[in-house]
Amino acid sequence: MTPPSTDILPPAFEAWFDRRGWSPHRHQLEMLEAARAGESALLIAPTGGGKTLAGFLPSLIDLSIQGRPGLHTLYVSPLKALAVDIQHNLTAPLKELGLDVSVETRSGDTPQSKRLRQRSTPPNILLTTPESLSLMLSYHDAAEVFSSLSAIVVDELHALAFNKRGDLLALALSRLSGLAPRARRVGLSATVHEPDALTAFLSPTGRAEGAPVRRVFGSSGAEPEVEILKTRERLPWSGHMAAHAVPEIYERIQGAGTTLVFVNTRAQAEIVFQELWRVNEDALPIGLHHGSLSAEQRRKVEAAMARGALRAVVATSSLDLGVDWASVDLVVQVGAPKGVSRLLQRLGRANHRLDQPSRALLVPGNRFEVLECRAAQDGVKALTLDGDPPRAAALDVLAQHILATACSSPFEADELYDEVRRAAPYAALPRRDFDDVLALVATGGYALRGYERFRRLKQDTAGRWRVASPAQVRSYRMNAGVIVEAPTLKVRLGRGRALGEVEEYFAQGLRSGDTFVFAGELLRFEGIRETSVVVSRATGGGDPKVPAYVGGRLPLSTHLAERVRAMLEDPADWGGFPDAVSEWLDLQRWRSILPPRDGLLIETFPRAEKEFLVAYCFEGRNAHQTLGMLLTRRMERAGLSPLGFVATDYVIAIWSLKPARDLDQLFDQDMLGDDLEEWMAESSMLKRTFRNVAVIAGLIERRMPGQEKSGRQVTFSADLIYDVLRKHEPNHVLLRATRADAAGGLTDIARLAAMLARIQGRILHRSLDRVSPLAVPVLLEIGREQVYGSAIEELLDENAEALIQEATGRETEQASLPL
Amino acid sequence: MSDSDSMPQTATRFRINGADLQADPSGAAFWPAESTLIVADLHLGKGASLARRGSLLPPYDTAATLIELKRAIERLQPRRVICLGDSFHDRHAAASLPRESRATLFRLAKGRRWIWIAGNHDPDPPADCGGELAEEIVVGGLVFRHEARDPRAIHPSHAAGEVSGHFHPKASVRLRGRRITRRCFVEDGRRLVMPSFGAYTGGLDVLTPNISALFPKGFVVRMLGRETVHAYARAALSPIASG
Repeated sequence: MTPPSTDILPPAFEAWFDRRGWSPHRHQLEMLEAARAGESALLIAPTGGGKTLAGFLPSLIDLSIQGRPGLHTLYVSPLKALAVDIQHNLTAPLKELGLDVSVETRSGDTPQSKRLRQRSTPPNILLTTPESLSLMLSYHDAAEVFSSLSAIVVDELHALAFNKRGDLLALALSRLSGLAPRARRVGLSATVHEPDALTAFLSPTGRAEGAPVRRVFGSSGAEPEVEILKTRERLPWSGHMAAHAVPEIYERIQGAGTTLVFVNTRAQAEIVFQELWRVNEDALPIGLHHGSLSAEQRRKVEAAMARGALRAVVATSSLDLGVDWASVDLVVQVGAPKGVSRLLQRLGRANHRLDQPSRALLVPGNRFEVLECRAAQDGVKALTLDGDPPRAAALDVLAQHILATACSSPFEADELYDEVRRAAPYAALPRRDFDDVLALVATGGYALRGYERFRRLKQDTAGRWRVASPAQVRSYRMNAGVIVEAPTLKVRLGRGRALGEVEEYFAQGLRSGDTFVFAGELLRFEGIRETSVVVSRATGGGDPKVPAYVGGRLPLSTHLAERVRAMLEDPADWGGFPDAVSEWLDLQRWRSILPPRDGLLIETFPRAEKEFLVAYCFEGRNAHQTLGMLLTRRMERAGLSPLGFVATDYVIAIWSLKPARDLDQLFDQDMLGDDLEEWMAESSMLKRTFRNVAVIAGLIERRMPGQEKSGRQVTFSADLIYDVLRKHEPNHVLLRATRADAAGGLTDIARLAAMLARIQGRILHRSLDRVSPLAVPVLLEIGREQVYGSAIEELLDENAEALIQEATGRETEQASLPL
Repeated sequence: MSDSDSMPQTATRFRINGADLQADPSGAAFWPAESTLIVADLHLGKGASLARRGSLLPPYDTAATLIELKRAIERLQPRRVICLGDSFHDRHAAASLPRESRATLFRLAKGRRWIWIAGNHDPDPPADCGGELAEEIVVGGLVFRHEARDPRAIHPSHAAGEVSGHFHPKASVRLRGRRITRRCFVEDGRRLVMPSFGAYTGGLDVLTPNISALFPKGFVVRMLGRETVHAYARAALSPIASG
């Protein structure tokens, strides 16, 4: 294809580019061509390629030719902050081009008066989030407001497409197509594994095949430079904090302009931040940023970054997306990156100039993480990205959308069903599921038809569905949204300001006088007052805790796991490993064998009067935890007296009183039948998942007029409802949605199933007389794992009865941990 | 402590004002000497009541509660059943009780004395669900009422033998760094506050003044387990966050 000529650019715009000393990128012109042809377009380009401008340029040109009132372009981003930043960034070009175009943002923070005004007099360009868009679509006048729409720009599409927010957005886009059939859709995305999925998302047909969406690729820019830290310290066997390497990280910060130090969990962020300040002899301005800090605190750090006032920020995924900071020239990833796509996203936060490479330093926290870092480094070089795990469209989100639709105007079920299937995630939605969700919204959808008289939706004489009362509309508007936070408590210094939030699970484990690290400070727990954790500043000493968060960790991606397995099998790949690592692997080869690429190595050995089983599955923590729950159940039934297990991203270790002998039977796929069903029934993970599903579907209200339920109230009533519903209507649509959510998320059953299928007949068993070198790291994790949200919590759930008996002294003591 | 003279008290067996009672893991209490089963706060019809206000919770709570009650009755075969009030979640609840549930209630009440004590949710328990109605009732050394009398307002001796519900007590213990929260019986040998029996009933921390003030000399809780109940002294409990 010949490059588009710049003729397509109106003279005023060409002059503007000239004045800035820029020339338009090829992909910017291609986007312009697509727009001129009235086509939707998907732009895939790395950060720093003028992607946002490419998205807006056609709209600006259009508006410069025929200035007109009404909404012209809708911009949707995953972050409120990004919308604000874009507004700021559009101001200058508009002024320089002399365009009289109104640009406004709209989010949950927008004052009520302004929202009202935006509906009566919409701006030309409106910048918003998926949630706010859904809310706007629920008003009576949605058809009027959006009828003039010419373009919809979705930014960071890759971050939105494959989760519940993406489902919500897809449904909103489908609705918009009905209201403004001529509006082009524009998607801006980072490089992805599966462009087809994004194409389908952007297509008004909901399918990639034959989609009227033009694909445009940006130039890839300079190849990133990814280095793995070769520490001069002793490389730890286990742990993720990489505390040993903090002085070396500090030296890199000293040598760079501005450094983003990414970590994987909020707990890690607190610790790395503390350790950095411990060695911060030059008192460099180093900040901290994570999702549990108060919004005010986070904004302060972001503003300081934007001013260039910080030399480094320690951050979690809270900074994976967002505003570009030109000054960042080094990205440090502490701990293993978990996936190539995620590493690339983080890498993209450094150096936004295309002609210069972004620089990243990977800091493995232990020996296995060296392997993972190396796999990620190879992955970045080869640009093989992680596939997004397949997931079913969320039925709870559909329920919310159906209610929103009814709030706006009456609908016909058949028409809405067709519209919903034009949203990519729901393209294959069976009619039965749609009808069940509609019934859920209307009456709760229970087999026992007790609630007919309380219906929330009513059918009019023409058979159209409408809300039964204005109360439903109010309730929808108060409870809309698909992000459900875990129950949290605010952390307050005395009666003063809130520093941020910790999860209730963590707060409940604290006793008065306990110290913990939060918001970069050492705090002393004083007590819980209403919904706040009251703290004072503590001084040194003791053994401070670090708040843990449910679901805080991403599991190792399938793609990286494959790379690690391949690397392990082939010693020719080991060149360049630190000596500690190659010696470790050599030793493993001598004492046992290396895990095979395609089969499964299981080692068994006695230790401290217990029998250990270590399986090298490499399927990520979530899948391993589920596996651990299922295996211990089977071993219990087989009379092997399992005592416990621990799961890392790479390995699972189980210890029991008697050794397991028939491993093929133990790892048989049939464990995904009754065993799984039984475990899921009792699992607190399932209860948590149900709670989120029930809130999103509108069964449980988070907020009622005049009050917000505390997290505890929501959790508590959700647990009761879950138990009753499971017993009396186990196939209710909400329980189906819960199981589907859990299978893809916390329990990762899909991945476990794939593994069990892969290894059938390919289990390599080594019966050893003692622990193997490769098994040492996982054994060291025993007893060190956080209790919160991990498999141990699940075990304790099951053993709660036993525990109570133990504590009351009516049963003999249990065996303690083996190390 | 002074009360535990003759029969040994265990987690399940305890004595209130001289009456030997058994704590059942279902949340009911049984008084063998009087062949009397006591349950508190059934809140029948709560799901429907919430549905009336817009939350379409599963409508199975009434059936679930009655199944539990039926099990306890079949197991213990009491000659008398005392429901300590708030048996019906609101005035509509009894009237709109599903036909099967009403039939179950009639069957359960058949051949035994059945007493509905009035509660704040059901100040006038329905007369058409079988059984007799009462504000409170005295049997032997025990007095059964919905809500405990405030000890600050009455002479302490008036609390003697009082068995009540109303508060839905829950307690929380910490075991190996792990917190376990359950519904519970609360008693000090003089008076007893019963756990709620209903399927959709939340709970109130026993350490909050509403409950703890009823027991100025301390108390013992009996937490409901899967198969039995577990006794703890007040000192062993920790507060439940943001109740």
